[in-house]
Amino acid sequence: MLAMRCDRWTVLVVGLAALLALPVLTVFVTALQPAGAVWRHLADTVLADYVLNSVALMIGVGAGTLLIGVPTAWLTAVCEFPGRRWFEWALLLPMAIPAYIIAYTYTGLLDFAGPVQALLRETFGWSRQDYGFPEIRLLPGAALMLALVLYPYVYLLARAAFLEQSAAMLEVSRSLGAGPWRRFLTVTLPLARPALIAGVTLAQMEALADYGAVQYFGVSTFTTGIFRVWFGMNDAAAAAQLATLLLLFVFTLLVFERLSRRQARFHHTGQRSQRPARLRLQGRWRWLAVGACLIPLLGGFLIPAGQLAIWAWRTAPGMLDQRFLHLAANSLLLAGGTALLILLLAVLLGYGQRLRPHPLVRLAVRSAGLGYAVPGTVIAIGVLLPLAAIDRTVDGWARAWFGGSTGLLLSGTLIALLFAYCARFLPVALHSVEAGLTRIRPSMDDAARALGSTPHAVLWRVHLPVLRGSLLTALLLAFVDVLKELPAALILRPFNFNTLAVRTYELAADERLADSATFALAIVLAGIGPVILLSQTISQARPGHDPLP
Amino acid sequence: MSKSSNPRILLPILGLLTSLLAPPVLAGEEINVYSARKEDLIKPLLDTFSQQTGITVNLATGKEEALLQRLQSEGANTPADLLLTSDAGRLAAAQKTGVLQAVQSDTLNKNIPAAYRDPAGYWYGLSVRARPILYAKSRVKPEQLSTYEALAGPQWRGKLCLRSSDSVYNQSLVAGMIAHHGEAKTETWAKGLVANFARPPKGGDRDQIKAVAAGECDLTLTNTYYLGGMIHSSEPADQEAAAQVAVFWPDAKTTGVHVNVSGAGVTAHARHRDHAIKLLEFLASDAAQRWYAETNHEYPVNPAIPPSATLKAWGEFKADTLNVAQLGELNPAAVRLMDRAGWK
Repeated sequence: MLAMRCDRWTVLVVGLAALLALPVLTVFVTALQPAGAVWRHLADTVLADYVLNSVALMIGVGAGTLLIGVPTAWLTAVCEFPGRRWFEWALLLPMAIPAYIIAYTYTGLLDFAGPVQALLRETFGWSRQDYGFPEIRLLPGAALMLALVLYPYVYLLARAAFLEQSAAMLEVSRSLGAGPWRRFLTVTLPLARPALIAGVTLAQMEALADYGAVQYFGVSTFTTGIFRVWFGMNDAAAAAQLATLLLLFVFTLLVFERLSRRQARFHHTGQRSQRPARLRLQGRWRWLAVGACLIPLLGGFLIPAGQLAIWAWRTAPGMLDQRFLHLAANSLLLAGGTALLILLLAVLLGYGQRLRPHPLVRLAVRSAGLGYAVPGTVIAIGVLLPLAAIDRTVDGWARAWFGGSTGLLLSGTLIALLFAYCARFLPVALHSVEAGLTRIRPSMDDAARALGSTPHAVLWRVHLPVLRGSLLTALLLAFVDVLKELPAALILRPFNFNTLAVRTYELAADERLADSATFALAIVLAGIGPVILLSQTISQARPGHDPLP
Repeated sequence: MSKSSNPRILLPILGLLTSLLAPPVLAGEEINVYSARKEDLIKPLLDTFSQQTGITVNLATGKEEALLQRLQSEGANTPADLLLTSDAGRLAAAQKTGVLQAVQSDTLNKNIPAAYRDPAGYWYGLSVRARPILYAKSRVKPEQLSTYEALAGPQWRGKLCLRSSDSVYNQSLVAGMIAHHGEAKTETWAKGLVANFARPPKGGDRDQIKAVAAGECDLTLTNTYYLGGMIHSSEPADQEAAAQVAVFWPDAKTTGVHVNVSGAGVTAHARHRDHAIKLLEFLASDAAQRWYAETNHEYPVNPAIPPSATLKAWGEFKADTLNVAQLGELNPAAVRLMDRAGWK
């Protein structure tokens, strides 16, 4: 009986993971075909650029998200200063802004022809040669743009970790004579390490998959290279090989993340603990804290959203009609439905992995998470090819046996789109669910099992209630990601089905930024609600505290 | 947490989701279109067509490469009847992969000149897009300009703004140069352009125009409808920038201005072939052709249609007579050449 149950979970988890890895596997298979003479050409010309730029972007985004995310998370989790409650949720807002949108708005503002430089020239009577102005559209600019919208991943996970650290542990270190800095460096930060690394990994994967922002800035990365080779040089095999190389990068990242978690266990051992008293900042420290929180908020949200609002102010009257409501409904329903599906999958995979920590199961779950770093277009084509093959096979059988055609059952429907989203965004939810699960002591499982609960009952009655915060986090992250997603929607959506992101892109790609602002702003606004909810979930989640009054 | 709260929330949402998943009702007269032209740049025409004929048009827009890939993988089951693209090279590529079929129509042959359609009828051009030189009126005299080739000369050092070589418009332009002058000469030319860059390539076509207007550089190459869009923009800043630049039609005495076409072809497995031809004929009709010029400032393919006021103001030009299908064939060579020339 036990053996059979074991098999059921293993089969379920491995099967689901394999299905979700299918798009990425399709890319591998395509990569096995012989490519043209493109590699020689790439190696001679641009390959070094792709590698260096991608590595630099990863390092830049990693450093940037840590530098912004960790201090703000610590300040809002542990300290008390003016506006702290407000910053708690506001610091998440940049998450609602798609990377390509922030790239467009800052270019509009800071470019030579933009208002900032024009004002400088007008005020001081300068012409082009008279002054130096930092060029935003270079690699550091791209890393900055991406860090400004991706740091919330680090902030979110770091803050959750800081909040969940038991007060007792800090009390002990305080009683041993450690000052606040020492406590931060020797207790708080090391304990939060898995969360920090998980956050940075997510941000870096998303940065590697970015196409819109880097392409607009003229920075050649693996992603722009994949597009160039595939569509410019018509060599799908070579493009798939480049994508495989990109995945190798990501795999290294993930292995690193795993290794960093391996030696340590991070469960909390304490029983109900007191909510620790907040560190009240005094004098200039208070205002430094306000500044540290305000700068990323300004840069990542207020300035770009303000620019969008200025544009939308002029153009919105022509855009807000019946069709707008339709687009918004499509976007919200799609994002909501997909997020629920992704959450379900993440719980099944996360819990299955906990039940059956077999290396094979772990490997399967890992490979299901690779999709996050793959550009959406590549995932979409990885979905298109196998689904079309299934459709053709089913259609062939139907024709042979029943003399009728079934047509397309999967491709060209929302199922294809849902599949692509699950393959691409599962890791976001999985990270959150796994991080939550690692903090539940295995002795809890043992106790529940010893009292006669089945594994399902343990999941349903013990883990899910305890995990509620992590689950909601996973759900909302997936929701916001799907809301912003563009390339897969562009390729896979059915006839007459548009979303806010598609509409924004169509106008922005036609270089009608002002016209696109209304739709971009709608995405941002739709993302704000979940983001606030998210923040509340986290502040309520503390070990030993019932989150509900 | 109450155990049952989750399923209770889940059910209605899943219900809504399933209703979204249901395939569209396939009834009545209809036609399915895959379009690389953005919704705004084609939907109004399709709506007019529906009103006139009673045929419902289902539209899926996307990037051309992706639509082509979708057509290929869907094979004989594809729901699409008509493929619309904004680049002739892609139409030629689509024909090569076998997803289009040849159709003949007297109306189409009469309205569309031979250079802008496939000889066998696999695809038809519907609007012409020209990529001339744009210059800063205050700093450049038109007499200083002559050809695309001359832009590589040393007198323009640090004066040229161009888009990145990721832009399919630049890829097409270079492909055209290869067709006329061969790879070796084109590569030398591209290196000359790169040497003349005022700054590394970045931004879109409108950004180049703005950079010229703001004095960052003196010359650029863009498609004219972007300039048209700025002239008629709701943004005062766009209008001001557009007023600073003028169009110069290069190569008037030689090969002519580089042009590309947006066009369409009937898919190989179209279930509504007759409707698709009807729609093609409608798009080549006088009213639709005028719409292209007036709404998106593209040139009509039909020479009998008088250009709009905006287009007329830029003057007449001699278009390159190279069959646009060749641009697609030479595209991979053009991309590699730009890599070698260091055109980012």
